[in-house]
Amino acid sequence: MTSVSFVRRIAARPAIVFEALVTAEGIRSWWGPDDGPAISAEVDARVGGCFRVRFRTADGLEHECVGEFLEIERPERVVMSWRWIQNGRIDEHDKVSRVEMRLRAIETGTELTLVHSRLSNEESARAHESGWDGALQKLTRRFSTTLGVSSN
Amino acid sequence: MVKYREAHLDRVFAALSDPTRRAVLSRLARTRPLSVTALAEPFDIKLHTVMKHLDVLADAGLIRRAKTGRTVHVEIAGGSLHPAVRWLQRQERFWFASLDRLAAYAEARERKAQERDR
Repeated sequence: MTSVSFVRRIAARPAIVFEALVTAEGIRSWWGPDDGPAISAEVDARVGGCFRVRFRTADGLEHECVGEFLEIERPERVVMSWRWIQNGRIDEHDKVSRVEMRLRAIETGTELTLVHSRLSNEESARAHESGWDGALQKLTRRFSTTLGVSSN
Repeated sequence: MVKYREAHLDRVFAALSDPTRRAVLSRLARTRPLSVTALAEPFDIKLHTVMKHLDVLADAGLIRRAKTGRTVHVEIAGGSLHPAVRWLQRQERFWFASLDRLAAYAEARERKAQERDR
């Protein structure tokens, strides 16, 4: 499966980090493709509830992502589906993907693990046939990043 | 045929394994063809090192170089990146930038909570 993953240590208790993952105010403050945070966020953090978040990138273009909360275990785990919207329409090239965030209490605060994976679909079936799948797994391992403990 | 394809894939993934080369590709994906000097500008490395990275990217078929007079222009080779790789790059950029902001946001709230508890 094709995925990107990050491990990040944050000097805040899990309950505080968790709020930032499931509230509109929290999500607006940190989700974004470049320097700017999101311009709006609608978030209904219940299992089956939806989110819709809009961004403006430095080139002035607006992008949106939408999805559904699939699993919520307060304060340690959130799983959501994810899809990009371009010009108000679902991006046909972008299939539904899955974001899983796990929180673990550590001495200095919280360790967050974020895994964003593409679901299997026709494209990954084709990729598998042509040998891309194994290679992509290799690539994913190389992309997996452990970021340092934040200074505090 | 299969051997050739695997050798090509190895070159693609070796090329993509380096963060500077991924940054070069991301930049080229957003712009018109750039001169080598213009391309090297935002990177804090020697021109010679940039040229070496460009050799690796060109060998993998990810970029094209064209000489106009004395200037070499570099552009992304159309369709050379598998959609899944483009997706990985896009999401990697998205979360990488976002996680710094998450840490800043949560840590500010943690400090406030500690002040309240005092």
